[in-house]
Amino acid sequence: MLLQALVLGALVLAMVWLVANVQSNLERQNINSGFGFLSERAGFGINQTLIEYSEDSSFARVLTVGLLNTLLVSVLGIGLATVLGFVLGVARLSSNWLVNKTAMVYVEIFRNVPLLLQIMFWYFGVLRNLPSPRKAVSLGDAVFLSNRGIVVPALEMTAAAWWYGAALAVSTTAYFWLRRRARLLRLADGTAQSIWRPVSMIAMASLAFAALLGGVPFSFDIPALKGFNFRGGITVIPEFVALLLALSLYTAAFIAEIVRAGIQSVSKGQREAAAALGLPDNTALRLVVIPQALRVIIPPLTSQYLNLTKNSSLAVAIAYPDIVSVFAGTTLTQVGQAVEIIFITMMIYLTLSLLTSFAMNRYNARIALVGQKS
Amino acid sequence: MSSWTPTAPRPAPSNTVGFVAWARANLFATKLDTALTLLAFTLVVYVVEAIFGWAIIDASFTGDDRTACLKEVQGACWPFIEAKFGQFIYGRYPDAERWRVDLVFLSGLIGLIPMLMPNVGFKRANMIYLLGFYPIFAFIMLNGGMLGLATVDTTDWGGLLVTLVVAITGIVASLPLGILLALGRRSDLPIVRALCIGFIEIFRGVPLITVLFMASVMLPLFLPDGINFDKLVRCLIGVALFSSAYMAEVVRGGLQAIPKGQYEAAAALGLGYWKTTHLIILPQALKLVIPGIVNTFIGLFKDTTLVLIVGLFDLLGIVQLHFTDASWATPETHITGYVFAGAVFWLFCFAMSRYSIFMENHLSTDRTSS
Repeated sequence: MLLQALVLGALVLAMVWLVANVQSNLERQNINSGFGFLSERAGFGINQTLIEYSEDSSFARVLTVGLLNTLLVSVLGIGLATVLGFVLGVARLSSNWLVNKTAMVYVEIFRNVPLLLQIMFWYFGVLRNLPSPRKAVSLGDAVFLSNRGIVVPALEMTAAAWWYGAALAVSTTAYFWLRRRARLLRLADGTAQSIWRPVSMIAMASLAFAALLGGVPFSFDIPALKGFNFRGGITVIPEFVALLLALSLYTAAFIAEIVRAGIQSVSKGQREAAAALGLPDNTALRLVVIPQALRVIIPPLTSQYLNLTKNSSLAVAIAYPDIVSVFAGTTLTQVGQAVEIIFITMMIYLTLSLLTSFAMNRYNARIALVGQKS
Repeated sequence: MSSWTPTAPRPAPSNTVGFVAWARANLFATKLDTALTLLAFTLVVYVVEAIFGWAIIDASFTGDDRTACLKEVQGACWPFIEAKFGQFIYGRYPDAERWRVDLVFLSGLIGLIPMLMPNVGFKRANMIYLLGFYPIFAFIMLNGGMLGLATVDTTDWGGLLVTLVVAITGIVASLPLGILLALGRRSDLPIVRALCIGFIEIFRGVPLITVLFMASVMLPLFLPDGINFDKLVRCLIGVALFSSAYMAEVVRGGLQAIPKGQYEAAAALGLGYWKTTHLIILPQALKLVIPGIVNTFIGLFKDTTLVLIVGLFDLLGIVQLHFTDASWATPETHITGYVFAGAVFWLFCFAMSRYSIFMENHLSTDRTSS
């Protein structure tokens, strides 16, 4: 009790001392305090914005734009890294020697080189070294690679797209209804029924109907070189490409090892038991091996997702406009209120982390072994 | 009396031995395998050919400036590395004083190598040398200012030297701090526990870059007027606190794996909290989590590159800095520099991970697995 009181007392004293220091320092250096700066005019441009933004927008808007850019690169990165990681993880377990070793070399190279170095490699070494827009590398005159980024055709929906939307809705409803019916039938008298044939027939019929009524549902806005740059299409900035590429390739190496360990943790007896019950290989994999492997895979996978989100802050090194770059970087230099800005930035990352781990813990609790206390 | 001689065993069928059989089993077992093998083979040949062509066939090896690396088809620009090698290792450390850095590297290796070999004795003396004598010696040698050595300001340190200083200080500081935090998190004292949980979760929830920003921008605000730390020291504090939070979680995993009976047995022997922890629990717990500890070290080593964002010149930072040298500006300079820095980092990280596997096997007292 005495020890705890001492710890608490020391902590309070230290806090008081720090706050007093901060106050006197701020006063001496003439730095404002408080969060009033958030509503002031930002006055600088951002080269990738998912929502409307101009130089006249406020710093609060800068914060939102940065946060959305962080989320964009994180979500896409998580998707890509998961797909690549699972493929590599399964390849690491392949009985095929060449496939196995290729995956191993990939994993050992990518996870032992600092991520920041990989980001800079892709950005300064590769993407900024591409030719200028006038000499851009073109793929079928529709996609252009240049040092200004990747320009792809923009997809524009026409009114006919509604017919296709309706067709999709009909097929989805049919799928769920048929699945439910098949399930009830199986529970009632044990007859298994494949629903893929009726579902695909309904889907094809409704799509054909939509095509008949509406015709082609979209048109492309194809980019073309006008003067020194491209007009039309969507330009993906090189900073985004480099960051996404580096984050996914790096994290995939870690996910591959997690997947490998997860699948290896399912004992051979489980597969043999499934085979003895007469389950075909695919069904055994889907119903026996994967659910048990997931139990081992999910917790470390969550922390890799969180790592990827936090690592996206390295964007600041190549000036991709994520939250750290535009808020803790540009805004901090303009406003100078380090305490508030760093505090907000840290709080946002903390909230993201806690939300993700909360969601994943819920999911993990649902799939955990019943009766096993973690 | 003739003795019985067994007939010599017949050789195995020719289709089950040798390369052909191996290839059949491991490369062409099924149609899918054959397809995958061919696909992977094409990929490997393509990548190896590209790397070989870039790094050796089309590369330049000698020259004094950019003109050596402007061929029609240009691969790596190795003369750039050759010309800047000293900078990459020592940063702007004065030429005349570089022997001091070499001496520090060398005396570190002298202590470290026998420490890493499990069969060499004198571990206790070695530990005192490495943790007691060496840090003071290294500080005096690198910083100077006494014993007649000229002072070298930390702003002149750079390259691999800074990378190693940040990484080693982080590693040495994060292990004891992490152990303390892990013990605190499992403590019965609610305030100590709450503080430790708060510390760990905050530092694990934010990116290292914000911690470094905090160390470089906010720390000066927290200190009274007139007191100011060196930038390198501030980064060291940030890195050490950050990695100790990760280390704490790794150690906690080990602590949780120790069965309750161990605590009870220690209590039955009359051992108090510190003796139980020090003699019974930690030796077992730490051994269990060696892979996790080394992974944290590897992560820390890679994370040292982030100090370049707050303006220190570690290996990657100094390579990046020298790209601006106009006399070496060629299209291949960047990639060559990154490949060089990447190879150095890779070597360190890969060596650490292999050593951890070796140690794990060496320390394993699990009789069932061997």
